[in-house]
Amino acid sequence: MKSFFKNAKQAVAAAALLVAATAGVQTKAVAQDDKTLLGAGSTFIYPLFSKQFAEYNTKTGIQVNYQSIGSGGGILQLTNKTVDFGASDGPLNAEQTTKLGVPALHIPMASGAVVITYNLPGDNNLISLTPAIIADIFLGKITKWNDARITSINKGVNIPALPILVAHRSDGSGTTNIFTNYLSKVSPEWSTKVGSGGAVNWPTGLGGKGNEGVAGVVKQTPGSIGYVELIYALQNKMDYAKVQNKKGVFIVPSLASVTSASNVTLPDDAKIFLTDTDAKDGYPISGFTWALIYKEQNYNSRSADRAKKLLTLLWWNIHDGQQFTSALNYAPLSKEAVKVAEKILKSATYNGKPIL
Amino acid sequence: MSEVAESMELKTTQNPLGQIRLNITKRSFGQIRVESVFKKTLVLVAVLMVVIVLAIMLTLIIYSVPSLKSLGIKFLWGKTWDPITNVYGGFPFLLGTLLTSFLALIIAIPFSFAIAIYLGEYNPKGALSNFLKNTVELIAAVPSVIYGFWGLLVLVPMVRTLEMKLGVLPYGIGIFTASLILAIMIIPYGASLGREMIQMVPLNLKEAAYGLGATRWEVIRNVVIPYAKSGLLAGILLSLGRALGETMAVTMVIGNTNAIPTSIFGPGNTMASVIANEFTEADHTLYLSALIELGLFLFVVTVVINMIGKRIIKRFTNE
Repeated sequence: MKSFFKNAKQAVAAAALLVAATAGVQTKAVAQDDKTLLGAGSTFIYPLFSKQFAEYNTKTGIQVNYQSIGSGGGILQLTNKTVDFGASDGPLNAEQTTKLGVPALHIPMASGAVVITYNLPGDNNLISLTPAIIADIFLGKITKWNDARITSINKGVNIPALPILVAHRSDGSGTTNIFTNYLSKVSPEWSTKVGSGGAVNWPTGLGGKGNEGVAGVVKQTPGSIGYVELIYALQNKMDYAKVQNKKGVFIVPSLASVTSASNVTLPDDAKIFLTDTDAKDGYPISGFTWALIYKEQNYNSRSADRAKKLLTLLWWNIHDGQQFTSALNYAPLSKEAVKVAEKILKSATYNGKPIL
Repeated sequence: MSEVAESMELKTTQNPLGQIRLNITKRSFGQIRVESVFKKTLVLVAVLMVVIVLAIMLTLIIYSVPSLKSLGIKFLWGKTWDPITNVYGGFPFLLGTLLTSFLALIIAIPFSFAIAIYLGEYNPKGALSNFLKNTVELIAAVPSVIYGFWGLLVLVPMVRTLEMKLGVLPYGIGIFTASLILAIMIIPYGASLGREMIQMVPLNLKEAAYGLGATRWEVIRNVVIPYAKSGLLAGILLSLGRALGETMAVTMVIGNTNAIPTSIFGPGNTMASVIANEFTEADHTLYLSALIELGLFLFVVTVVINMIGKRIIKRFTNE
């Protein structure tokens, strides 16, 4: 029985040690050694960031610790000031902006796109779709593949008389945000009936969790149609559709056409959905992923040096870092986008003075 | 402390076995203190569990306040779930949760009971019995995401073929598929508990029945099952609890449609799976709060069903 006490004492000692150890780790994180920058957010950008940051580390010795916890989580962490930058596939919404309290900068990091993928028996990759058709399919108004509106713009393509099964994301996501934003822009009915956001009240169809969930439904069900990230479709060699853009051109989704989508006059804050672009050769369902930072970098008693390091990193990301995009199937920033991003980075301040 | 020692001595003197008394009086007060510390630890741990459950409940309530304020009681029977216009109704998900769980239970019970009776009565020992027992228990140990994958890749095409033959819309995924997956996942709970209870049926009861000329079937029907009833029912309740809360496997095969299911082959959604799907990217307060309220709702539903279940068990065993 004495051993009971002995063990209890040991247990207490061990627990105390453990607490001390964790506390040690925590203070270390709070103290933030200036060689490590912290980021969190978008899962979409994670493969690119991890490549870019690894390269940056070998080049400069500065380590970037990026947690891909989702855009919403990244914004929350930035709001709580536990990271140096957040990353998000959508711009801050009104509530997030209010919670942040002080101005934040949206710096475009790369572009992504959403493609319409489908499963039709036979060899019929790259069928053509117009915005109105896409909207009506996802509204549940076009229910057969051999609908006259679809067949009339796809002459010579064998389109079977299958019922259309819509597949959409069941989880909240940046992909859905871009896609529904696009539908809201091209279809007034969608805009009033459904609206746009990371998760919406779908008028029809099945929900799959993640790109793989949607792809699973589409791959298994003849006659289905869904939307996934361009990267996912490219990596998994899925069929996808050409989409007619604002200028009336049917555009094949590709890295080049997605980059072109951002090669338009952009607003000074780059806080814009690229969907339904004015660019003639741009794919219309494209969007930026942004890094989010505070405009005024002196907060939480951060050092000027740290702020400078963060800005230098992001500057590198939009210039030298862009060379890693294409290999990972991300669309690089267009010239216009880089120009705007430079301007935004230069507007960041420390004690009111520009950093770069 | 001395009272404890005295009372213990008192108890043991009443005990006719003098030997035990001898052993106990030899014990020191220190050892008795250990006993009391041990007992206090047990009570503390038990109370802690209650505190944790209450704390979870309280947290859910506090975080649901914005949603409770804005939507009120309508949340319970609202049919629309729209994060854009901030209209949240949990009814389709409640229906989905109950439908999948009870359907799964109906499918699972015959299997659970068959396994329980076979392993408890017909083949309680030996290599085959052990192998079967371990296999059934393994079913409970497989992570639910694996069931989800298996369901998506194997079960869904099979259900689709069936649906084509039945002439309903061949989604493949939907409430029926989710119930099938759930049924497989919950079989071991009913089977294990039932088997143990059946093995506990006293041999002399069974022998008496055999002595009266009962056949094996009659013994099982009239002696074993009535005796093991409470265990079998408790197994069902345990299975139901598991089915109500299961998230991952269901999410992957249920179709995640936020509308009231129109048939058991149609897609639907459950409370747990909506929370899992939408929680991470819920980007405004009311949305997040509505999801947490859905969690609270699920919590309450589970508690209520458990209470009803306990009532049923009590009634059946007390008759």
